[in-house]
Amino acid sequence: MSDLLYSEVEEDLRASVRDLLTDRAGFTSVLARTESAEPYDLKLWRTLAADLGLAGLAVPESLGGQGASHREVAVVLEELGRSVAPVPFLGSAVLATAALLAAGDRELVPRLAGGELIGALAVPLTSAPESGFPDGVSANTEGALSGAVRAVADAPVADVLIVPAAGPDGPGLYAVEKAAATVSDVVSLDLTRRLADVSFDNASSRLLASGAEARSALRQALRAGAGLLASEQVGLAQRCLEETVAYLKQRYQFGRPVGSFQALKHRLADLYLELVSARATARHAADTLATGDDDVPVAVAVAAATCSAVALHAAEESVQLHGGIGMTWEHPAHLYLKRAKSDELALGTPGRHRAALAGLVDLPPA
Amino acid sequence: MSTLTADDLRTRVGELLAAHPPASTDRLDFLRARFDAGLAWVHYPEGLGGLGAPRELQNVVEAELAKAGAPDNNPRRIGIGLGMAAPTILRFGTDEQKRRYLRPLWTGEEVWCQLFSEPGAGSDLAALGTRAVRDGDEWVVDGQKVWTSVAHIARFGILVTRTDPDVPKHQGMTYFICDMTDPGVEVRPLRQLTGEAEFNEVFLSGVRIPDDNRLGAVGEGWKVAQTTLMNERVAIGGNAMPREGGLIGMVARTWRERPELRTPELHDRLLKLWVEAEAARLAGQRLRQQLAVGAPGPEGSAMKLAFAKLQQALTGLEVELSGEDGLRYDDWTLRRPEKVDMLGRGPGYRYLRAKGNSIEGGTSEVLRNIISERVLGLPSEPRVDKDVAWKDLPR
Repeated sequence: MSDLLYSEVEEDLRASVRDLLTDRAGFTSVLARTESAEPYDLKLWRTLAADLGLAGLAVPESLGGQGASHREVAVVLEELGRSVAPVPFLGSAVLATAALLAAGDRELVPRLAGGELIGALAVPLTSAPESGFPDGVSANTEGALSGAVRAVADAPVADVLIVPAAGPDGPGLYAVEKAAATVSDVVSLDLTRRLADVSFDNASSRLLASGAEARSALRQALRAGAGLLASEQVGLAQRCLEETVAYLKQRYQFGRPVGSFQALKHRLADLYLELVSARATARHAADTLATGDDDVPVAVAVAAATCSAVALHAAEESVQLHGGIGMTWEHPAHLYLKRAKSDELALGTPGRHRAALAGLVDLPPA
Repeated sequence: MSTLTADDLRTRVGELLAAHPPASTDRLDFLRARFDAGLAWVHYPEGLGGLGAPRELQNVVEAELAKAGAPDNNPRRIGIGLGMAAPTILRFGTDEQKRRYLRPLWTGEEVWCQLFSEPGAGSDLAALGTRAVRDGDEWVVDGQKVWTSVAHIARFGILVTRTDPDVPKHQGMTYFICDMTDPGVEVRPLRQLTGEAEFNEVFLSGVRIPDDNRLGAVGEGWKVAQTTLMNERVAIGGNAMPREGGLIGMVARTWRERPELRTPELHDRLLKLWVEAEAARLAGQRLRQQLAVGAPGPEGSAMKLAFAKLQQALTGLEVELSGEDGLRYDDWTLRRPEKVDMLGRGPGYRYLRAKGNSIEGGTSEVLRNIISERVLGLPSEPRVDKDVAWKDLPR
């Protein structure tokens, strides 16, 4: 059985990340940034990635990382989910790094792990681990890429793109410098995690892996992404619950604190109950990913299906239970709602993960 | 705390087995000897079935005895005695009471029931109205209790009564041990929607209880009852289960074996419940890991609620998944089971019985209040019964 608790080291890590985010990613500054010319806080990213070494947390020390595991990455994601901090951690430190590691790369990994470069995995953020290899981009024999990918997470600030493409001899995974691609920012539903449409017109690239190895690298990256996103969702849900409880204690209506009304208390108790389950599934996914357990596919599907729904429910309840104030731009609730709804689509919807599960646990469709 | 180790306990179990070989020893004789050896519940004090050892060492004893094929004390029928009466007697009983009751309770020679709920006081237990009036060295009890499991085979009941109606409801209660064979105690089966009579109604008419059978001080019954109820909630939470353990496994098996019953809509629901069951299983596992490192989280209060929701959804799906057979029922005969057997009966029974999961041992509504107030710290509802004498409460 996997270890579902947090270790002391993980709690220490959580405390230092939370301290930093409290100082540097308070709600007012996060909100202000969403409408600025620089929606990502790259100074904060450098502190997280380079100074604290978080970009290379799960990267072996021999490749310039910290030699920790996905369990620690999950704890960082919980904190990033709590603060909806506008940093490219998921795209660079999770998705691109996992793809590079699985492809056996030794050149880019150290530079991503050290925070020197930001990477992005050039697939639509909606891609599920079982989606199959995409064919929107193709590579010729010289390794020049042509084609387009929509809705790539964190691509607006990426220095290098990790691109799955149909090569002359089947699937291949390629690295492309940002300058060689056309990266067009899109208006994202999630104000704190930006997307870009990316296109390639004879873009020069470097082949990282091909054939079965490329397929496997992509699937592993998406699976790690989906399994770890669950922890971001747990952190987000936890924050929404805490903020809502705090608000309901202080807000008076009909001569009583609103939080004393049973109709509302029961909804929050139900949310707490969901969070208890969600946290257990997210920890299980992180632990199996960390140990390379055979249960990874099932653990990831269960965590993704559970935590997406719980985070969204928590964010929706937060808006509703804050009443009118929850509908305003000035209140943080909307940033969480936007992140939660986008996260529901990201790396496989709950429905797609359940469909994958049907095959994994032998519950065939009608 | 004693300094006994797991090895010490293995040695003691070895001595017990050598002196009373299970194969040639009468079951009750063995259980009595085990109690006297302090191996019944090792965390209890010496002389009362224990050794003052850490509670978790009980597992060592159980494993050794199971390996040797020793008889168990049939915890199914004596669950209330073990889980609720015993910890309450241990905490509030006199030395004489502890010596008198704990041994036959543990061996199963005397079955216990719990006389708490009343027709007018279930979730609001402190509203109860069963009266106990002092008469010399005895108390005279009149009232009615309900939802009493195993009362028909019980020798004793733990009983909460109203002894002072002139003070607010939490203050005027007193806790007793009731001899179920006394004149004036009448047990009637209470048939449920499943057809069986798992519970009883207990009528108490002029029952005379000696003051020696009082547990705790006069008027302190609420405090004593809290100990009982806290232990009831600790007991809920369950054991480690494999994936697809319990009802979800049964439904999944039916799905695999009966392809003709499959529809897309049922497939969606099945997968949702499969994920929910797995999440609940992992959450239970996480709770046990927290307990094992001595850091119990507040999640425990949420688990019973989750269990009830899941059982009800699963049993509902199972009936639908049964097609024509879902219209049939296995047996409406009035039975008197000693323990709920969810897996041993048909889907219809499971569906109906699961409706009780959100009512028994604290309704889901009461549990939500507990979570929101004690875990999340939300303010309580205004209490209209606060500081009002019990006799003046509307009812």
